[in-house]
Amino acid sequence: MLRALALLFLVLAPTLRAEIIHEERSLYRNILVRDLGSERCLLFTVRRSNRNQSCLDLDDPDRLIFPYARMMLSGLLVTPEPKRILMVGLGGGTLPKVFSALTPEATQDLVEIDEAVVTVAKRFFAFKPTTQMAVHVQDARVFLKRAAARGLTWDYIMLDAFTGDYIPEHLMTREFLEEVSAALTEDGVLVANTFASSALYDAETATYAAVFPALAEVRLDETLNRILVAQKRPFPGAEDRQAAAEALRRPLRRFASDPLPLARNFNVAPRFAEDTRLLTDQYAPVNLLQQQ
Amino acid sequence: MDRKLIFLLAFTGGFVIMSIELLGGRILAPWFGSSVYVWGSIITVFMVALSLGYLIGGRLSLKNPSIKRFGALFIGGALLLGPLYGFGDSLMEAVFTQVEDPRYGSLLASMALFFLPTVMLGMISPYSVRLLVQAKDESGQVAGLLYFVSTFGSALGTLGTSFYFILWFEVDTILLLLSGALLACGALALLAPHQEA
Repeated sequence: MLRALALLFLVLAPTLRAEIIHEERSLYRNILVRDLGSERCLLFTVRRSNRNQSCLDLDDPDRLIFPYARMMLSGLLVTPEPKRILMVGLGGGTLPKVFSALTPEATQDLVEIDEAVVTVAKRFFAFKPTTQMAVHVQDARVFLKRAAARGLTWDYIMLDAFTGDYIPEHLMTREFLEEVSAALTEDGVLVANTFASSALYDAETATYAAVFPALAEVRLDETLNRILVAQKRPFPGAEDRQAAAEALRRPLRRFASDPLPLARNFNVAPRFAEDTRLLTDQYAPVNLLQQQ
Repeated sequence: MDRKLIFLLAFTGGFVIMSIELLGGRILAPWFGSSVYVWGSIITVFMVALSLGYLIGGRLSLKNPSIKRFGALFIGGALLLGPLYGFGDSLMEAVFTQVEDPRYGSLLASMALFFLPTVMLGMISPYSVRLLVQAKDESGQVAGLLYFVSTFGSALGTLGTSFYFILWFEVDTILLLLSGALLACGALALLAPHQEA
């Protein structure tokens, strides 16, 4: 039996060898594309190479490999039918694809600071901007300020810019969140992929709580990621969220994703230390706090 | 006594310059982002301002150099930092609305906020050399020592700000402390016993 397993391993091992198929140094980071079996992943640093930014199953391109990608859909529990979507941080372009399928009429503004990431998403991750999408290669803070000046708003805003080794500090401050809030419709939702550990955890939660009347945290057992969901008005009740999750089951099946755990783990009272100093434009030692 | 004071002042000047440069990134980020070109703008403005400061400082040292005039440079630097607290945001907002391209926006804003104080602080080094040099044959050594002290100050200013100050204080508080240090330097120089250079 053992021998048979060993043999099997020998046969399979070569096909599972990780292979770097693309490598480039952009203005902001090192970008790597790595194939492992049928999984293709986007990586942003060489040294901490276990940190994937975004993955694609080449045999089943719709499958959402990362729990966090699924968790970014948590906002649909409280804002089920977004019409104008804004996504900050493109990664492999996985989520825009999902939203195109779920809400085909919705427009999507995709903001990514790094042109090279957009190119890599198109070339290696089958990211094809539809006519409903607009890709903006720009700093998100500048984009939002300009948008505010033109009175633009969105009802589903996703922040996914915090996964690299360097965290953009100006995208974590109270002032920035106030700008996001201003760009959010009254029943719109903000979904942010954020930090689950370190001294940053309290600071970040406290800052979100100071800006948004409704704040929830979604965590799943299978991942260390946590998602913050924020709204300007009180969240719909637990039954409504459950019903929204039920309604999502069918459309999400294609993406091998079950929305029910999102409703179950929708914690509307995330805890944080009361005396936490808020992050502001004046005080934002985000990367230093992350080390602590 | 006088020499030590001049070195101390040159050290503080170097410290303050780099601390402000580092804070520049934080001050501009809410309006222009933290892209590479924002840092490009800041560094460009500081380099141009310092080079002009060296030129003017050297020129200035030709005419009646004195420790009192030297002190005035520090007080001038502190005063020129003033607009950063009061008008910083409204100025950046104006630039932001007028200039669509964040590259030129950040360049213009850095220019408006940091150019004048940095020119003033740039004058410190050549003026210090003039006050310190007593004989031609020691001039190279004196200049070397002066650059050592002020650049070392710059190194500590960079390190202190990026590692600790931003963790302890708000940006405006740090700016206030830096202005305070410059004013203290100015006062020390003005109060120093008069001495012909």
